[in-house]
Amino acid sequence: MSKKLYIARSRRIAARKLGEEMLIMAAHGSTLFTLNPTATILWQAADGATPLDELVERRICTEFQVEFEDAMRDAEALAEDLARHGILLLSDEPITNAGLALQETR
Amino acid sequence: MSSLLQEVGDRALQLSVPLSVQLDLTYRCNEQCIHCYLDHHDHGEMTTAEIKYLLQEMAEAGVFILTLSGGEIFLRKDLFDILECARSLTFVIKLKTNAVMIREAQAARLRDLDVDSVQVSIYSHRPEVHDAITKLPGSLRRSINAIRFLKSQGLKVIIANVLMTENAYDYQGVRALADELGVECTLDPTVTPMMDGDRATLALNAGESTLRSVFRDKDVVGNVEEFCALPTAPDEDSMDSLPCSAGHTGCYVSPYGEFYPCVQFPLSCGNVRQQRFIDIWRNSAQLKEVRSIRLRDLSGCSQCAHGVTCSRCPGLAFMEGNMRGPSTQDCEKSFARTGIPSVNLLAKKKDKVSPPRLVQIQIVPGVTGGRLSATGGAAAAVAS
Repeated sequence: MSKKLYIARSRRIAARKLGEEMLIMAAHGSTLFTLNPTATILWQAADGATPLDELVERRICTEFQVEFEDAMRDAEALAEDLARHGILLLSDEPITNAGLALQETR
Repeated sequence: MSSLLQEVGDRALQLSVPLSVQLDLTYRCNEQCIHCYLDHHDHGEMTTAEIKYLLQEMAEAGVFILTLSGGEIFLRKDLFDILECARSLTFVIKLKTNAVMIREAQAARLRDLDVDSVQVSIYSHRPEVHDAITKLPGSLRRSINAIRFLKSQGLKVIIANVLMTENAYDYQGVRALADELGVECTLDPTVTPMMDGDRATLALNAGESTLRSVFRDKDVVGNVEEFCALPTAPDEDSMDSLPCSAGHTGCYVSPYGEFYPCVQFPLSCGNVRQQRFIDIWRNSAQLKEVRSIRLRDLSGCSQCAHGVTCSRCPGLAFMEGNMRGPSTQDCEKSFARTGIPSVNLLAKKKDKVSPPRLVQIQIVPGVTGGRLSATGGAAAAVAS
């Protein structure tokens, strides 16, 4: 069985929902990102406690009627991309507030 | 503007979302700049609790970019309390300050709060000029020190310079200073009237020859040929264009809770102490009027060759007496850029021509006398 992946929103970002999309600006670099409605759902659900596969199953597959494998592949790619820009944190363990603070200082 | 930011602005316009708000926390200031448009006395600023409540309302309304300005924001003892609240509400936070009260500790706190940028007012690279404008001895030295503290924390700093008669020859020196400090630099060629309508400050505006020279400096405008290109008359499509973002995707709130379309547009649309921010944004009759204005509605400007390319500020037009009229200061800038007078400037020139006199006075050659010789100069001027 593959490892669980947990995702949490960085606190070092500015974010606001505009219509169905999410505007996100990383604290340093003034780079603006927009997330489409599907990515926005994942972003908003990224609580650090719920594994990504559960989020995809519950929030994406049921709402958009897509196959789990396809949705999971897209979700992992999105999570890695956002993590590279420092606006989402990834871990193979649940991410607590302390863990969030530690990762954000790196 | 980046295309993504443009797209986001268009989307906000479509959804009628106030994407960007300037909130002035105080009008009090430790500098007394000669060109400032504010009354620096405190007439009852919003309390910390009122401001926090307003920030919550703004976040719920969709405000993304929050610019905190003044007055001097560091005179608010609760500034960091307000910033912490803004941080928790995930705004993009931009600050405007003279920075004279920023030292290492303040700079570090701003870094910890992930402030997006700090704009610092610098009017000259020469202390004798800058300090004479701010009327605060030592202010240039203190502002520059603060920029160094902010930079050492990795914060983005922007020097904001205002061009006026007193510093007309110093803008290149300020740019060189910005380069030395490793920060961006902006130059605003417009001194605005006081918010109470007093126009005395306008005498400080740089003259046409200075503007012409600045507008032909590639370090300031980039592509001079493009910037100073001859205007093309507005076509039918551009007649429906919007004057600017004021009241459409942006607005301004004063330290007393007054809600305006923009900091330069003192048309009161309501007060956040009496109404919810979103209710003013959605329902204010004044905002609806501002939003209804298109280029085709502007007297003079809709027939003017500069109609599309002009930097016409609706707020300055409003302060000149008509929000659907021209802003003469922007007409003057268009003229300095292109050498083509605007419809408004031509009309003003026409108005200045003396009406024909009913009695023409002419000097009769060979006739001299006490009365005539005493007024001869003036009479000759009229006759010519």
